[in-house]
Amino acid sequence: MTPHLAVLVVVIPLASSLVIPLVGIFSRRVVQTLALLAHVVTLVLALGMLGRVLTEGSWSYHLGGWMPPWGIEYVVDPLSAGMAVLISGMALLTMVYAAGCLDKGNSRHPGLSEALFLLLTAGLLGIVMTGDMFNLYVFLEISSIAAYALLTSEEGPSLVATFRYLLVGTIAASLYLLGTGYLYALTGTLNMADLGVRLSEAGDSMAVVAGVSLVVIGLAVKAAVFPLHGWLPDTYTYAPVAVVGFIGAVMTKVSAYALFRILFFVLDAQAVSGAAVTWLGWLAVVAIVAGSWMALAQTDVRRMLAYSSVGQMGFILIGFSLGNVPAMVGGLFHILNHAVMKGCLFLVAGGVRWRTGATTVNAYAGMGRRLPLSMAAFLVAALSMIGLPPTAGFFSKWYLLVGAVEARAWVVIAAIIVSSALSAIYFFRVIEKAFFHAPDEFNPASERTELPSVMLGPVVILALVVLLLGILNEPIVTHFVMHALPPNV
Amino acid sequence: MLASNHLLRKLMAMNIMQVGVIVFFIALAAKSGATAPVVVDVDQSIQASGYVNPLPHALMLTAIVVSVSTTGVALALLIRIQRRYGTLQETTLLERLKQ
Amino acid sequence: MSSVMDQLLDQRPLIAVMISLVAAITMPLFSRHPNWREGCTLLAATLKLFVVASMLSAVLAGETPSSASILLPQGLSLHLRADPLGLVFALTAATLWVMTSLYSIGYMRAKEAPRQTGYYVAFALCLSATTGLAFAGNLLTFFVFYEVLTLSTYPLVVHTRTAEARSAGRRYLVYTIGGGQLLLAAIVWTQVVAPGAEFVPGGFLAGRTSDVAMAVGFAAFMLGLGVKTALMPLHGWLPAAMAAPTPVSALLHAVAVVKAGAFGVVRVTGFVFGVDVLRAINADVVLAVAASVTIVVASIRALGERNLKRRLAYSTIGQLSYIVLGSALGTVAALTGAIFHIAAHAFMKITLFFCAGAIHVQVQRDNVDELDGLGKQMPVTLGAFMIGACGLAGIPLLAGFVGKWQIGVGAVEAGYPVFVVVLVVSGLFNIAYFFPIISDAFLKSSPVVGTDARPVITAPFVFSAGIAIMLGLFPDAGFHFYSLARLAASTIVMGPNGGGLP
Repeated sequence: MTPHLAVLVVVIPLASSLVIPLVGIFSRRVVQTLALLAHVVTLVLALGMLGRVLTEGSWSYHLGGWMPPWGIEYVVDPLSAGMAVLISGMALLTMVYAAGCLDKGNSRHPGLSEALFLLLTAGLLGIVMTGDMFNLYVFLEISSIAAYALLTSEEGPSLVATFRYLLVGTIAASLYLLGTGYLYALTGTLNMADLGVRLSEAGDSMAVVAGVSLVVIGLAVKAAVFPLHGWLPDTYTYAPVAVVGFIGAVMTKVSAYALFRILFFVLDAQAVSGAAVTWLGWLAVVAIVAGSWMALAQTDVRRMLAYSSVGQMGFILIGFSLGNVPAMVGGLFHILNHAVMKGCLFLVAGGVRWRTGATTVNAYAGMGRRLPLSMAAFLVAALSMIGLPPTAGFFSKWYLLVGAVEARAWVVIAAIIVSSALSAIYFFRVIEKAFFHAPDEFNPASERTELPSVMLGPVVILALVVLLLGILNEPIVTHFVMHALPPNV
Repeated sequence: MLASNHLLRKLMAMNIMQVGVIVFFIALAAKSGATAPVVVDVDQSIQASGYVNPLPHALMLTAIVVSVSTTGVALALLIRIQRRYGTLQETTLLERLKQ
Repeated sequence: MSSVMDQLLDQRPLIAVMISLVAAITMPLFSRHPNWREGCTLLAATLKLFVVASMLSAVLAGETPSSASILLPQGLSLHLRADPLGLVFALTAATLWVMTSLYSIGYMRAKEAPRQTGYYVAFALCLSATTGLAFAGNLLTFFVFYEVLTLSTYPLVVHTRTAEARSAGRRYLVYTIGGGQLLLAAIVWTQVVAPGAEFVPGGFLAGRTSDVAMAVGFAAFMLGLGVKTALMPLHGWLPAAMAAPTPVSALLHAVAVVKAGAFGVVRVTGFVFGVDVLRAINADVVLAVAASVTIVVASIRALGERNLKRRLAYSTIGQLSYIVLGSALGTVAALTGAIFHIAAHAFMKITLFFCAGAIHVQVQRDNVDELDGLGKQMPVTLGAFMIGACGLAGIPLLAGFVGKWQIGVGAVEAGYPVFVVVLVVSGLFNIAYFFPIISDAFLKSSPVVGTDARPVITAPFVFSAGIAIMLGLFPDAGFHFYSLARLAASTIVMGPNGGGLP
């Protein structure tokens, strides 16, 4: 049973997403329970997988019994198992949250949103588990299509923003596919491990460079690497309340994971991947500062969070590109931390909008009194984003800084300092308005209108996780993140 | 065409690009003098070079499905945009969005 | 039984930090019962003082009670340890918290200030942070509490919620968080150069890296710490922060926050870099000059301030740099003077701020030219003010003289007698900006009728003025501040085993 965990973790959400709309035709109430059950089962499977990987080591699963490199191979190692737990955990929390605010008006197709959500989860899990380049493309597109559909649940500007995202995302995926085609033409294999071996024999021709570059660019667009991030602000700003938490927190991280996998596990120690990593590193430095700078200029809280995400992706990439152990630990740890922190922030921002309609910083005046617990969670997550101890964000920044000092990358250190200072400014602007301003003409009501428990629960849980990840970062790093590093670092 | 003002044309551009990638893969599969990858005579030994590489073809079937689904979603979006804002011209759309 | 007691005793630094944390968490429960709430504060303050003071004899004998560490990867840990330097700061802060709590009760109730629960909670958190960084055993622990201090003092700065207070709060955050990040970079650099190192008297960086790297690292530390220490030109947040209620200005900006910065400077120069390293790269001279510039310029600026609290703020900026100057000079005498001044200045300055607050409450006067004749109306208040002012000016027989004298001696020992001139000049400036207030108060006639404030407001500053006199006459009385300072100074200069009381 347990070897099959690798594929079950993808199959269960996939199958559920097919079943649920059918069930929905007969009974509406069962739909939400079923969806919830599917997410819980997926999370349990992912945790089981992680447990097994940490105790018994990595294994690979051959789909259909076909041996690699001809068959499709699913690889379970600490990194993929950890990502799987992250994805399924965030999916479960956001599902619970969404149950509180999903538009019940979609009664013509009950279960559609839940099914799309499960499809998205399945797609992301597939990206994480797979060891085959083409399989990754398929799941990339599955998750993207589900995302496009979910992002338009509300009317209005989300339609145009999603269309743009669709265009950019599909072109990016096509570039990835093209690059995969080049690499296939050169080596005859699509299996990631085999590709690594064959490419080192193929040498350094222009075709290799072209193939790798296309793959990297395609994934970089999806990961919102500066300057290919243009689709992100609008998409996150207009995303519906129910989905912005999950999509904002997880999707770019999964693409960053894919980049990491390909650059360090597949192509490790190649000249061309070294060049790609250096390029990404410099872009990351710009991203760190530019993202924070642009976030500062925003008046809409969601757009501010979106630009902040662009900057944070820079942190993750810097971790990968500095090349030493502490930096990589920092980058990987930050994938985990940022997903949780940003998820919490987006959930609160969405909840505030849902409850009070407030979207701009000024409209947040006195919000601390109206939604005290939510804003308290926002405060914790914001402190973590700024990087203040003892939250998780401080520790990932610490590892990144240690790596930067070891690598003598002074520009990186300066960028991190500047970005933290800027983050402090734009987050404290919101916090000051929320807690230290009385409700004013923007915000005449002042009674407590906290979020319903289904929505508040995940928010509080995520804030607690932020604190826990910080306080417990030692065991997490030593027993888990260190094992997730690529072999030759 | 991507830079065109009309959203539908952008979509068509995206589609063309996807088709291009698909054709690229199929071109990869081709070998001079090779025939379709169907084994007719089981007794004879199979020479790989006599058959076109079937793998990219299989992959591209999937890719075509992906392309179709994406185009479908995109078209549905365009219909909704048209209904909501009354136009698919990007410049006009941007103006209407600002209101 | 005795081993349990021993274990408990060993945890005293941690307990001291936790006491006010527990108070901070429980006080919101009493928000509807002000007397219970204030009682909670006073109880916590007294307990904390008791726990901190109980470590005095052990530390004087050369022990360093330390609490269990929280281990982190790469050899890092969070670790609290009571040593002489830390104990000086912690004792000062704890004593003054008791007094400030009493004073706050009187002041806030007299003004019928809103949001008092939040005020007392933030105060308690701030004191936890202060105790934590006083007892920090390594740079990371120090940094954690340093940032918590920033966060817990922000609500106090913006307490009145006026536009002026909010603007001051924003400025405060920008300065302190910016400085904090620079400090973080410096700490990370230290970690890379000397992994897992704890504070060692005499420093642990000797010989680890090149002189250039040392200089850059030291500069980063000083800039990062310099914000809270109000080293010019990083002092911009302090005068604006006077928009906070007087007890806040008193404890925080005369004692806790700014002293945390100065304390950090002593820690870093004495326990991270070491006197010899700094002399080798001439950082001692640079730091001493920067401190001297701050001392002189701040004194001149104080002359130009009309608002009493702002004048006191500039006085604080100057006085803090005495501590920086002492640690830069790096001899036993200079360091003794600097560390002693941490305590002495705190008591004197808090007297002055408390008097300013009492004047505000009783006669609603805030500017130095409005205080004519108040000496006859509020003799106790202005009398205490006079004692505090003379102490700061360095008049013998008061606490301020002891520190200044030792720093002066240290300057001569270190071979830079020019700094004695700086001390004398600043003393003259002190007299220049305090004396007119006192003479106007006592010698002119008053257009205003007022009386001394109620005992709960007056007693604290009478007590602190008394301490200023006592420390001036018997520097080692009470909590043995002088012995502690001397012990700390000798271990810094002569290494961990070079300590011992004369």
